[in-house]
Formats: sequence, structure tokens, C-alpha cells
Amino acid sequence: MTAIVPESRSVTPAPPPYEGAARPGADVPARPAARAARGYARACAARSSVELRAFFRNKQSLVFTLLFPVILLVVFGAIFEGKVEGTDTDFRQVFMAGVIAAGVMSTAFSGLAINVAIERDSGTIRRLALTPMPKSAYFVGKLVRVVVTTVLETVLLIGIAVAAFGLPLPQTAERWSTLVWCLALGTAACALAGTAYSALIPNSRSAAAVVTPVFMVLQFISGVFYPFDKLPLWMQNTAALFPVKWLAQGFRSVFLPDSFTVVEPAGSWELGRIALVLALWAVGGLIATGLTFGWRGPRVR
Amino acid sequence: MPSALTEHPVSVRGLSKRYGGVQAVSDISLDIVRGEVFALLGPNGAGKTTTVDILTGVQRRTGGDVRVLGRDPAEDPREWRARIGVVPQTTGAYSDLTVKEVVAHFAAMYPAPLPVGEVLERVGLGSFHSRQATELSGGQQRRLDVAVGVVGDPELIFLDEPTTGLDPVARREAWELVRWFADRGRTTVLTTHYLDEAEQLAQRAAVVVGGRLVACGPPASLGGRDRTPATVTFRRGGALAGVALPPLPPDTEVAASGPDTVSLRTPTPSQVLGLLLPWAAAAGVCELADLRVHRPTLEDVYLSLIDRESRENAA
Repeated sequence: MTAIVPESRSVTPAPPPYEGAARPGADVPARPAARAARGYARACAARSSVELRAFFRNKQSLVFTLLFPVILLVVFGAIFEGKVEGTDTDFRQVFMAGVIAAGVMSTAFSGLAINVAIERDSGTIRRLALTPMPKSAYFVGKLVRVVVTTVLETVLLIGIAVAAFGLPLPQTAERWSTLVWCLALGTAACALAGTAYSALIPNSRSAAAVVTPVFMVLQFISGVFYPFDKLPLWMQNTAALFPVKWLAQGFRSVFLPDSFTVVEPAGSWELGRIALVLALWAVGGLIATGLTFGWRGPRVR
Repeated sequence: MPSALTEHPVSVRGLSKRYGGVQAVSDISLDIVRGEVFALLGPNGAGKTTTVDILTGVQRRTGGDVRVLGRDPAEDPREWRARIGVVPQTTGAYSDLTVKEVVAHFAAMYPAPLPVGEVLERVGLGSFHSRQATELSGGQQRRLDVAVGVVGDPELIFLDEPTTGLDPVARREAWELVRWFADRGRTTVLTTHYLDEAEQLAQRAAVVVGGRLVACGPPASLGGRDRTPATVTFRRGGALAGVALPPLPPDTEVAASGPDTVSLRTPTPSQVLGLLLPWAAAAGVCELADLRVHRPTLEDVYLSLIDRESRENAA
């Protein structure tokens, strides 16, 4: 087939080449860097606002992601009683520190993995890739979604635990700072693992089914519902490969007396190791996300 | 540095795309002129969407050269994306957002978008702006797709079957939108199954069959349509029965001349009528019964192109 080149045409005069700054209503001529920065900020704000609206309007994500840990806290908080063997600490308080870790995993891992899988399946990701949206703005939106929902989840859980079950708030600045960095690192680890894990979800219908077992099993083997030192050793060792065990341990160090360390595996809170494992999960999740996340292709509908 | 490859909004030379062992697009070459509406026609699976996907940077080509607004779509630069608008054949489900929120969200990605309210009016969703996007009917969702695709006020618009699923009124509204962009000097590439749509909107159309471009040109002359003879038919009853036809121009062919119907194939139907009418009047017939002049429609040309192509492939 030869080239088909029309010889002449006399319809509409050719428009001027694209000049965003010259059109009415567009930005007044500004330095390109400033304009690009404003465009980037606008894209991030648009993504973040859509993420939050969608999360809080969607009953499924509200109940499944945000309220499920609250229900666990209320139900098991009312069931559990008695001291942890060898300590003077109520198991209920141990459980509450653990359920905060479960809350982080729920919003940052489960919620995000399901959300990304649905957006891949529904065509949202593919559609966004057809716009000039900076690719990173999508992830900024996810970050805002995860940070807002995880902080809200944590505040809800701590609030209920303190108000209804007498969990003492941390008394020292050091413990508050441990709470903050555990929350930040745990959120990063779970969220990045979540975006990577979403690559294993074939479609939106199966999303909850592929994500929830991981969420539940990790809670059981990480000492959320049962004292960690009473779990079989192989289970403890398995759990130590994943972030929830370390996150729960970090939150125990925030809320439980230091005397509780006698039943911790290392006899101490191991804050350095907690930070290390969570940071490794964050880095690993980031790399895996970079390798698996696609804007188009056979898995992106 | 204008050259043959950069002066047209879309320049394609020898474009090919293979998936595994399947040749989806073979050696397509075309130029799309600034300001025109260009229609890509062809049966399902002919390679129209693959071609549009390559032009919009969604798929990679396996051969040939492509320039869209002077850039290679495979590079997918951001400032280039801001200048094209795409309405894909299948698109996103925007759950938990209202119609207006969806369009405003996409508008925020562009440097100089159209006002959201204006776009909603133009696609006919003005009164549905606060409706949840997932509660729209199929046709309304298609309009939302169009709104999302054009809200950035693109210089070059790709519409992949934009009116599929629309009712006739909504289709006319979509046409108005295409004309509005064309009036503003924008270029539109349209794939469609509706030949009337191509005829109404497009200055030029290309027919793609089996991944090959088999015809390209203005709808009025596509595939030699302007050179195909017209057919003049009428019923020969009453006083005309048994009267011999008058002498006709030499290039007119009597396709059928029975006792009931006369059918003439001619490149000059006006001349033929000029001879037939006095002939009938002389026999006392002032009104030829069932007189028709049929010129080949775009659909006739299109179907014969596809038929010819599939027979050639079979041979």
C-alpha cells in the first residue's frame, strides 16, 4: 500500500500550534517550571480528592476495610479476659495492641490491594494512562488515601480501646514517638506490599477472596488473637518473616509495661529490629511494585 | 523543521502490528490533515482499534513509522498527551463519583481544559451532573466517556466508536460535538460502524479490511464511488408497454428491460432522463411510474470493497 497523501484542502484554516499559555482562561505566561509544578500539584490534589471521596462513599470499603478491625476489637475485647501467663498484664491489652497492627494491615494492605485490583479491572488505570497525569500523582493519591484511612483507623481503635476497655494511653514522649514511627513504617510496609500483592489478583470479583486469607492468617500467626510466645515455634518463625508480627510487637512496646518483655521472644521490645524488618518490607514492596505495576497490557483492562 | 512526517497531525508509513503469529495490521500508510475529520471504517477485527491504540500510545507497533503531532506515540511524553484526547472503545467505570466529579477530575490533568459545565452540556449530560456515574444508562455512560476524552480541549481527538449504544438523538448530539471541534480547527480521527456517521462527519475515510488499508478518500468518491454508474429504474406499464426504448447514450447499459421494469445503468443519469421523459410523453405518459435514480451509497461501496477483499484473500 502506498502512502496516501492528500494534495490540498480548503476546509478550516489550520489552528495555531498548541500554546496552552496563549489560550483564554489558561495560565498567564509563567516560567515553565512554575507551571509544571502547579500542574503537578493540581493533578495530585485531584487524585487525592477522588481517592478520599471514593473511599468514604463506598460502603464496601468502609465496612470491610475500616470497620472490620473495629468489630474484631469490640467482639474479642468483650470475650478475652485474664492475665498473660508469667506477666501481670491483661491479655485484652495485648490483643488491643495487636488489633491496632491488624487495623494498619486492613487499611494499608487489604484495602489498597483490593482498590488497585478493582481500578485495574474497571479500566480506571488504563484510562488515566491516556491523560497527561504525571504517573506519580496516582501514587500520591494512594498515599493520601492510605495515610488518612490508616490514621483514622488507628485513632478509632485506640479511642475505643481507651474509652471502652481501659487501655492506658502511652505515658512518655518516647512511647508516643514509637507509636508514630511504627505507624509510619508499618503503613509504608503494608501499603507497598499491598500494591505489589495486587498484581496477583486476577480480577475485581476475586479481590477480597485473594486478599482476606492473607490478612486473617497473618493475624492468627502474629499473636494478635493469642499470646505470641504460646504459639508453636515454627509458627513464630514464619510470622517473623512478615510485618504484622513486628508491628504488633511495636504497638505492645507502646501500650504495655516494660515488664511484659519477659514473654517477648527476645526478652526485649527489639525496636531496632522492628524498624529494620518494616523498612525491608517497604523497600521490597516498592521494588516488587515497580516490577509488577502496569499502566496497560493484558492484565490492565 | 517541517517535513513530510511532521506537518500533518498524524503521519503513518508502513505501520504493522503482529501479535504472536497474527498480523493485526499490515503496512498501513496514511496522512491525516490538520482540521479534518477522518473516519476509519472496517468490519470487526479489521485492525481499526489496534491502529488507534498504536496512534495513541496504548500499544507498540512492530513495524513502520508513526508520527502523531510530530512525536512517536511509543515515547508517550506528557506534554504530547496533553494535546490529544482519546475516547477508547471500552473505558473506565467511575464508581462512587458523580458525573461532574469524574469530568472535573480529568479536567485537572490538563493545562488548559474546557469548562466542565460546558463539556457536560455539549455531550448532553448537563442535567445529570450530580448523578452517580455508575447509575447512568449505557448511552449516558458513553457520553461521559466522550466528555472525559475531550475535556482537555485537545488539538487531536481519537474517537473509537463514540456513538455505539447511543439512540438516534444522542448520536446527532455527538455529531454536533465533533463538528464543534472541527469548526475550531481541531483534528478528529473517528472509527465507526455507522456509514452515515462517516458520510455526515468525515472529509475523508479509510476502509481497513484484514489489517490492510483498501481504500482512502472523501466519502463521495471512496472506492471509485463517484465513477460507479447510477441506476435508473421505472415501471413500464400502460401506454408504454411494448414501446421500444429511445436511443440512449452509448455508455448506458440496459440492465433489464422486461414488460414490467426497466433498469438502466448509466454514468449520466440526467441525460438519460432527458431522453426518457419526451419519449414517455410522446406515448401519452407524463409520469413514469416508480421512477428512481439510485446512486451507489457509501454502504454499497463499503460492502463491495469488503466483499472483493475477502474473495481475494480466499483466492
